[in-house]
Amino acid sequence: MRVGVLALQGAFREHIMTLEALGVSAVAVRKPEQMGDLNALIIPGGESTAISKLMSAYGFYDAIRQQHGAGMAVWGTCAGAILMAERIIDALPDQEPLRLMDIEVRRNAYGRQVDSFEADLEFKHLPGGPFRGVFIRAPWIERIGEGVEALAMHDGRIVAARGAGTMATTFHPELTGDPRVHKFFLDEVVAS
Amino acid sequence: MTENTTPQTGTLRVKTGLAEMLKGGVIMDVVTAEQARIAEDAGAVAVMALERVPADIRAAGGVARMADPAKIQEIMDAVSIPVMAKCRIGHFVEAQVLQAIGVDYIDESEVLTPADEEHHVDKWQFTVPFVCGCRDLGEALRRIAEGAAMLRTKGEPGTGNVVEAVRHMRTLTDQIAWLKGLRPEQLYAAAKDLQAPYELVKWVAENGKLPVVNFSAGGIATPADAAMMMQLGCDGVFVGSGIFKSGDPAKRARAIVEATTHYDDPDVIARVSRDLGEPMVGINISEIPEAERMQERGW
Repeated sequence: MRVGVLALQGAFREHIMTLEALGVSAVAVRKPEQMGDLNALIIPGGESTAISKLMSAYGFYDAIRQQHGAGMAVWGTCAGAILMAERIIDALPDQEPLRLMDIEVRRNAYGRQVDSFEADLEFKHLPGGPFRGVFIRAPWIERIGEGVEALAMHDGRIVAARGAGTMATTFHPELTGDPRVHKFFLDEVVAS
Repeated sequence: MTENTTPQTGTLRVKTGLAEMLKGGVIMDVVTAEQARIAEDAGAVAVMALERVPADIRAAGGVARMADPAKIQEIMDAVSIPVMAKCRIGHFVEAQVLQAIGVDYIDESEVLTPADEEHHVDKWQFTVPFVCGCRDLGEALRRIAEGAAMLRTKGEPGTGNVVEAVRHMRTLTDQIAWLKGLRPEQLYAAAKDLQAPYELVKWVAENGKLPVVNFSAGGIATPADAAMMMQLGCDGVFVGSGIFKSGDPAKRARAIVEATTHYDDPDVIARVSRDLGEPMVGINISEIPEAERMQERGW
């Protein structure tokens, strides 16, 4: 299995390290032509405005949609969850979502950095007890459509969900050193 | 395992985590809401809200202080990306004010006139994370010991001259490599030489890197400057006077963003470097009297 991590900006190295620790071959993707043989792509956390501008300048929008259509699974964390949504609430005027997953995501939903937090989450289907959610200027998932399953909630808001070949988490499993969510993505989203 | 669903703010992981999210990006100095919007539109990952950019602080002389909270608020209202602001070295009340306003990161900065010549701010007391400057590994680890969640090499701010940024980055990398090569019993003396806590020295020796994100700052003016600093091993760049003191700020800002992402692709750097207009006027470091070098501030 080959998994790409979009490496335009943000915490892509931590995803690559977690994947490699799970024995998966991971590649930092900086150009669309690197996605040809990928089983999955992770869009990491970072600044969603910066990432979307670079995606658009280098032709990633069409390329990701095309590869996803051809079977490439996609997981977005934080900024990545914003970008893969059907609709972004509080987006910049020219910020376009990928529309890979029928979810609506609210940017900076919890406020500024002083409101960033960590808390334990009940993550559905995940063995081994609660998962430590690290939320950094995080979004939340305001609405999910048909065929999308909510996987985790915090304070009444959806913070993780999966669809067909898609997964979104508004927190950062890659910052915890706990590989269970990565393993879940590989086993339950990519493989199915 | 006991479950703890009560949200905890201001943890070290949350503080260093925001810096992790800024990696591979460009943080730009801005002095107006309009400049902040230009920076956001160019793909900046954050802006530094200031009253004057370092080049103008240098020209104006006198005592440079924290910006007017109204100015910082105006910039926070204008953009949706993180907003940083500077307090003077050791000025913990300016830092308290910045936290009260709700800035996303505080830069305890040598660009402003130091308020304490012995002590830096005790950064553990704050919910908002701090970024601090360093010229070498000892200075970097002293700042981390005080609670800095992010570092930046100092360079020489407001000069448009990258030479000091290179010197500081190379010093840091060389010292990390040196520590990595030492035997365990040598680390005690190394900690003494670096004037840094032994536990942090040991961590760096074992992991071969700094425990927090490190950006490069102080003199970056072109896309090639930014890409060079990335190739030298920094995690991202601060561009101060280099953008809004140049002929075409929007275009230069965008070019520096692209060069920072594609730092190892000379074709991209060549393409984005074309027709950028006048860069900021640079200053040779030897022309700056030693007492006026900002990098000498902080200890």
